Amino acid sequence: MKKAPRFRSVLSSLAAFLTALLVSSPAFAVLGQPVPGAIGLQAPGSPMKIRQDAFFNNLLLPIAAGICLLVFVLLLIIIVRFNAKANPVPSKTTHNTPLEVAWTLIPVLILTIMAVPSIKLLFYLNSTPDPQMTLEATGSQWFWTYTYPQNGDIKLISTIVRGKDLKPGEPRLLTARNPAVLPIDTNIRILTAATDVIHSWSVPSLGVKLDAIPGRINSTWVRIDKVGTYYGQCSQLCGQGHAYMPIEVKAVTKADFVKWLHQEGGKTVGEIAAEKTAADAKAAAPAAKEHKK
Amino acid sequence: MSGTAHAVAHNDDHAHDHKPGFFARWFCSTNHKDIGTLYLFFACFAGIIGGAMSMLMRAELQKPGLQIVGRGDFLNNLMHGGTADPGQLWNVLVTAHGLTMVFFVVMPALIGGFGNWFIPLMIGAPDMAFPRMNNLSFWLLVPAFLLLMGSAFVGMGAGTGWTLYPPLSSSLGHPGPSVDMVIFALHLAGASSILGAANFITTIFNMRAPGMTLHKMPLFIWSMLVTAFLLVLAVPVLAGAITMLLTDRNFGTAFFKPEAGGDPLLFQHLFWFFGHPEVYIMILPAFGIISQIVSTFSKKPIFGYLGMAYAMVSIGFVGFVVWAHHMYTTGLGVDVRTYFTIATLVIAVPTGVKVFSWIATMWGGSIEFKTPMLWAVGFIFLFTVGGVSGVMLANAGEDIVLHDTYFVIAHFHYVLSLGAVFAIFAGWYYWIGKMSGRQYPEWAGKVHFWTTFIGVNITFFPMHFLGLQGMPRRIPDYPTAFAHWNEVASYGAYIVGASTVFFIFMAVYTLVAGEKVGGNYWGEGANTLEWTVSSPPPFHQFTTQPIVK
Repeated sequence: MKKAPRFRSVLSSLAAFLTALLVSSPAFAVLGQPVPGAIGLQAPGSPMKIRQDAFFNNLLLPIAAGICLLVFVLLLIIIVRFNAKANPVPSKTTHNTPLEVAWTLIPVLILTIMAVPSIKLLFYLNSTPDPQMTLEATGSQWFWTYTYPQNGDIKLISTIVRGKDLKPGEPRLLTARNPAVLPIDTNIRILTAATDVIHSWSVPSLGVKLDAIPGRINSTWVRIDKVGTYYGQCSQLCGQGHAYMPIEVKAVTKADFVKWLHQEGGKTVGEIAAEKTAADAKAAAPAAKEHKK
Repeated sequence: MSGTAHAVAHNDDHAHDHKPGFFARWFCSTNHKDIGTLYLFFACFAGIIGGAMSMLMRAELQKPGLQIVGRGDFLNNLMHGGTADPGQLWNVLVTAHGLTMVFFVVMPALIGGFGNWFIPLMIGAPDMAFPRMNNLSFWLLVPAFLLLMGSAFVGMGAGTGWTLYPPLSSSLGHPGPSVDMVIFALHLAGASSILGAANFITTIFNMRAPGMTLHKMPLFIWSMLVTAFLLVLAVPVLAGAITMLLTDRNFGTAFFKPEAGGDPLLFQHLFWFFGHPEVYIMILPAFGIISQIVSTFSKKPIFGYLGMAYAMVSIGFVGFVVWAHHMYTTGLGVDVRTYFTIATLVIAVPTGVKVFSWIATMWGGSIEFKTPMLWAVGFIFLFTVGGVSGVMLANAGEDIVLHDTYFVIAHFHYVLSLGAVFAIFAGWYYWIGKMSGRQYPEWAGKVHFWTTFIGVNITFFPMHFLGLQGMPRRIPDYPTAFAHWNEVASYGAYIVGASTVFFIFMAVYTLVAGEKVGGNYWGEGANTLEWTVSSPPPFHQFTTQPIVK
């Protein structure tokens, strides 16, 4: 009686492992949040994360696994061939210059192969091509404040939604009140700042992580590919509520974003520019009349 | 590197030692072996405490929600009558675990313990250069540890992480006296390390047996020499940083306060200028121990001895110019991150030389897989795993995804918990017969190795998965999606915990009733000078220095 459930739990964890293998492949993954039992990176939701994933999965992981496998196989050979029973008389070799040169130069070569795409990736992440809007995330103990400095007076205080208030489907410790709303297919500049201690604004599936440090403003950028909800958590120890300041980004279509802006009393960059031209014209008009007198 | 029969004959004359009484011997000791023993017992004691903290943390993380630190839960009731903030209590636990393991377990065991015991024995010296300073080094560690432990029970405790970043660690984030106590603990531990390092450098440079040139020193001595230089150069920077933090907290200075013109990032630069060499301070002695063991049990001299020695020197040197790879997400400029990426990748080269030279040393050997050798082979494989995940993290662009996640936890536990700690156990099994005169039971050593090896991998390998999925460090509760691998990791940790309890009983048995052994119980492969004296060595050895050919 006792054995059966245990056996079943072993089976079920094995099944969980296999599903995890499947689920972690991007096709099955839920976008924007961690997947139970997964063993790989979160599915990408931005061009930066696509590049980071490609670099990790296609280059770093094979090289790392290859080196581990090489060392493992060499150790196995040593255990089988050079144990005291199999090889009673030890050799006295202590030098082999070509070999030593090889295991110095081959790693240099591998690292060079790694460094080139690595630096390319870094420069891409740092490029911020022609930002079309700006989101400012300010970390405080223990919530985020989002403002849209180019879109008028919008200020969102984003706090955690605790267990009892969660609606079905909303993930624990990730769901936030007043998520940052952002349009897809837009180059967005992200600024981070902090009011008390250091926090870190991080959304794994978008490939963004940037510390929010009191006394300075940090900048990076993101471009979101698909409509959806992207979750993250504060990623710099910030005191007792560190586990409880989630980051939620709601990515919507450009049209929906404009609607949302208006709803919140904000304006698009274009509207603000148009208003400014109109105001300037108004200001200029009476002055011109006076001049005529 | 080989001792002479000549030396043994001389030492037998001094076998009838005049040991001082108990108090004078253990509390006023100037004998390097006794001080080494004190360090080892201290590290063992601190290791039990630090390990117990790991068990508590894994118990908390076994399931989503709060199990141990929540209000009314076990640890909260125990420490604060159930009234502490769960998050703060968790942060205190994380901080105390990190600082304990780094400053009061790994460093005292590898440097103070094995270093004190075997530097004089391996270089053919009667003792350390400054025996009284040696005693001071050890006894500074005791109040340091008491201050650290005490800080958890004073006010809110220090929940800053071992990195002590301000403003969380300044009076803004931690108003009470806890962080001040941690700062003083690190001051004392740092002073202890610097004094010890000065002693090691002087001893190694001045007291080698005639004929033992620098290029004939055993690799363990090389590792201790490089480590001692790293300590002398790095620890004062930490001392400076935490002193500035102390005056910021108490005397109105503003080194790290942005509101008064200071900069929190300055602290991070100073901390990691110390902190990165610190990780090599923990692993280089491990390299030294593994080299001795691999050579002994393969019955072969070290392959590529000079390459091995200078690989450690270059790791030590490059270790000083890679610190900002701990700060890739702080907003550093792209050129700075490019430099630190490349500099960090460079470290993989000398590290690769070490791993391949160990393999080449074993290649063609006639290897006895006794317990110390099992730990050494385990070390080589697991250190390689931790090494390659380090190479992954070195890439600034990729680190954006992995920074401050469990991937980092997995990485540094593979190099420290499975690297440095494996080397501590390897050294213990290798030398316990020499130090105590009594040998461990071989079967028990093997049981301990295999259970630990399996346990640590079950604990730490799944943390790679959690990190790739984005689980942040230092959280007592996590999104439910992370539950599966956290549960697995916790079971692994309990295996290691049980294995460690087994080790403690076995260690006590060994010291009390282990089989008595002779001077060189490992046989032909063990040819450094410590094997030319009796086990345990006479209270004073090498009163006439041996001659090394």
